[in-house]
Amino acid sequence: MIPLIHSPLSASLTLLAVWGLIGLMGLLRPRSVGLAGRTLFPLGALCGILLALVALASLAAPVEQRTLIIGLPDLPMHVRQDALSSVFLVLLGVVSAGISVFAAGYFRRGQGTPPGLLCLQYHVFLASMGFVLLADDAYAFMVAWETMALSSYFLVTAQHGLPEIRRAGFLYLLIAHLGALTILLSFGVMQGGSWQFTFDAMRGAHLSPQWASVAFLLALAGFGAKAGLVPFHVWLPEAHPAAPSPVSALMSGVMLKTAVYGVLRVSFDLLGHEQWWWGLVPLALGLFAALFGAVFAAVQTDMKRLLAYSSIENLGIIFSALGLALVFRGAGMLALAALALIALLYHSLNHAFIKSLLFLGTGAVLHSTGERNLGRLGGLIHRMPWVAALTLVGALAMSGLPPLNGFVSEWLLLQAFLFAHQVPHTFVNMLLPMGAALLVLAAALAAYVMVKFFGVTFLGRPREAGLARAHDAGVLERIGLVWLALGCVALGLLPTFVIDALRPVVKQLGAALPPGPASPWWLLAPVPGRQVSYSPIVFFLSIVAIVIVTMLAVRLFYHGHRRAVRPWDCGFGELTPRMQDTAEGFGQPIRHIFGSFFAITRELPSPFDRAPRYSVTVADRIWQGLYLPLGRLVQRATDAVAWLQQGRIATYLLYSFVTLVLLLALVL
Amino acid sequence: MRPIDLIAQVLEVVAALAAAPLFVGWVNQCRAWLQNRSAPSLWLPYRGIRKLFHKEAVIADTASPLFRLTPYVVFGAMTLAAAIIPSMGTRLPLTIAADAIALVGLLATARVFQALAAIDVGTAFGTLGARREMMVGFLAEPALLMVIFVASLISATTALPAIAENLATQTVGLYPSLAFTAIAFTMVLLAENARIPIDNPATHLELTMIHEAQLLEYSARHLALMEWAAALKLFNYACIGFALFVPWGVSTGAGGPAALLASIPLLAVKLLVAGGALALIETVSAKLRVFRAPEFLGVAFVFAVLGLLVHLLLGA
Repeated sequence: MIPLIHSPLSASLTLLAVWGLIGLMGLLRPRSVGLAGRTLFPLGALCGILLALVALASLAAPVEQRTLIIGLPDLPMHVRQDALSSVFLVLLGVVSAGISVFAAGYFRRGQGTPPGLLCLQYHVFLASMGFVLLADDAYAFMVAWETMALSSYFLVTAQHGLPEIRRAGFLYLLIAHLGALTILLSFGVMQGGSWQFTFDAMRGAHLSPQWASVAFLLALAGFGAKAGLVPFHVWLPEAHPAAPSPVSALMSGVMLKTAVYGVLRVSFDLLGHEQWWWGLVPLALGLFAALFGAVFAAVQTDMKRLLAYSSIENLGIIFSALGLALVFRGAGMLALAALALIALLYHSLNHAFIKSLLFLGTGAVLHSTGERNLGRLGGLIHRMPWVAALTLVGALAMSGLPPLNGFVSEWLLLQAFLFAHQVPHTFVNMLLPMGAALLVLAAALAAYVMVKFFGVTFLGRPREAGLARAHDAGVLERIGLVWLALGCVALGLLPTFVIDALRPVVKQLGAALPPGPASPWWLLAPVPGRQVSYSPIVFFLSIVAIVIVTMLAVRLFYHGHRRAVRPWDCGFGELTPRMQDTAEGFGQPIRHIFGSFFAITRELPSPFDRAPRYSVTVADRIWQGLYLPLGRLVQRATDAVAWLQQGRIATYLLYSFVTLVLLLALVL
Repeated sequence: MRPIDLIAQVLEVVAALAAAPLFVGWVNQCRAWLQNRSAPSLWLPYRGIRKLFHKEAVIADTASPLFRLTPYVVFGAMTLAAAIIPSMGTRLPLTIAADAIALVGLLATARVFQALAAIDVGTAFGTLGARREMMVGFLAEPALLMVIFVASLISATTALPAIAENLATQTVGLYPSLAFTAIAFTMVLLAENARIPIDNPATHLELTMIHEAQLLEYSARHLALMEWAAALKLFNYACIGFALFVPWGVSTGAGGPAALLASIPLLAVKLLVAGGALALIETVSAKLRVFRAPEFLGVAFVFAVLGLLVHLLLGA
């Protein structure tokens, strides 16, 4: 592969340009579903696969840098492809390929943005994410970062006729810009007085520890806003349901990972003077976000909001891995830092595949039933067997069950947590096991969430009569789903190959796994010198073998007779689908146990009510405790200065005059 | 791999499959004695399973294939778990496939499938059971993992056989941390195996059911497999407890056929004692309301965390 591609960087840039070109071709016939769907989106998917192949081949290749001719005068853009960018390019390429194929079958004519325009926005979004990963100076990075935010804003508001969607889009844009602002400030600090904004200059800059810490915290806040760390998480549960499903998949699966890339780039590559306590900040924030996301996901009634909160949880897990890696690196424990980093990258890959798969599954359900509310779904496994089976793979993987991929990264992370007790700070030593406990709690809650998500949507009996008309996904949509589900299975069963591929990245980030005695390809034993191993292949084959043997034995020794009857009704008479748990009902234990997380308002009927109504709403305390007061404060401040706006020209001329006089007085 | 290890592996699985219903029968018998009832036969669970295998399966017409697949998956998961847990020997070929964390994952897999199958038919009790099972599960799993973490930290590995071997071959030392975690583990065992005070295995009062509510729609061979798997789960939990807290007597390291043979009666004695203790706990405690379950499991979690802190502070 490597000799074929002379320069991986040029190849990657060309492919990004091709993505842009594909997008522009959508404008040829903006209203044509056929052109965008049948031709352009599959082409984009092909482009994604090629990009992934190029990046995969260049994982172990030397760093390649280049200065582009585009950019402002005297301020050309710098690009660079190293192992860290390559691994995220692989993620972008592979996952977006599946999403693009699905999108080819998904976007149809309807209200909102026409398909051709959507195609442009979609591919610009893809290309800008790629460019974020390749950028090698602050200017190029910010341009790509903002292009990514804007193109995704337009994609989120594809159905811009609806006011709540415009509102969700605005919230997203607001927080995206807040994040961009702090990232810009962080770059400003990192140039360290040299006024050179290339990343090379930042690597060489000499910052005092205080300024380095400021830069780190600013970057963490900025990238955390994109990743949905609490308290910047509020846009996720609004923007994901608003966006069309392939866009939600792309945002949750891939775009959130650019934030992970960014914070890795800053903290492990650009900033040299690390303090040992840096890691504690993302560790604490990440663990809290993990628990927070899982708890909120469990009480949601909207499929896509549920998945959005689950993304908050997973990004929390990723950030806690980042924190752990930083703590280890600060303490000079490079082998453990490498383990935590591998867990981080592995979980990023896993989450990209799983969450895209689940979002696309909800997209197929939404298309087929027109319903996002879990309370009006049910029994879809009979009507949509393909979507149900493939979503089940995603749900099991998201629950962190072996032998699928979600388990592998959690296993690696727990191993890193478990052997963390040699950190030379006693206080941290005490805290880290608590962190492991929180992580485990969040992971166990994820299983609860996924049982609710899959069970209420696909299992049981249909809660509405209209669901009988639901139909399975089309061929292209199925291909997209199968692609992502296969990714989940492969990442789950072949972890040794993935970890070997990640080694150069970990090495680039300044940590390294010590070479141990080579273990066979089917056995995952990442910590040499410890008797710790896990073999998903053996695990999977053993269960399959036992299941098959049991089935055959039962048939052989007994019989396979069966009879279908109506479910047992306890002698009650008739069972209706309304007697099943609703999404609210399934979340009730969580509301009960974690009551202090929520702002719950209940409306209970009195016993004498003729038309009793019961309602309960569960809201986010942070929204009420932080954002609404902040909004009110801004409103009050603007009200206070509003008297300046008199609406009379004479007054405004007076303002100008006074300003002029003051300035003159100052200058003279 | 030595041939004796392979024999130990096969012996363990066969013993678990064969003895699990007997262990349930023993617990039931002890319970009946303690409660002044005349005890059912020790062999009753076997007869129940055999009877069920002969029957024709009656399946709800709203069920999907997932419902029929689940008993096999749950049974398979429990059998594999029995193969991983070192109940007689510690040099089992299959144990490299899964360490203690993967074992917890395996138990979670069985739980998730069982809950999904319970929702599948679409009855009120099925979903109720699934919801409660998942609630108990997500609270018990962290506690169980913390218990395992403490044992792992003491032995510097998460591989269950290595932990058992390490603890069994050391000179008998007192581990205060293990005392705390033993309490936590017992509480988790009660909750996970649908025992009083969290659930009552003998109940048929629907409003209080957790485990049984999920099995209401199962019949014949599927029910037989589920019952057998539940018995295996109890057996497995008991063996995890032995491996962590009383590992003495398992055939370790270079132990030959004699050591393996000697471990069998020891395991039987441990099971007899554990069964009696379990029956005693169940007899002297009352079932909690479902919403007291989080408190119960929260206490278990706190005990496990205490064990961890004690280990980190005292190094023991």
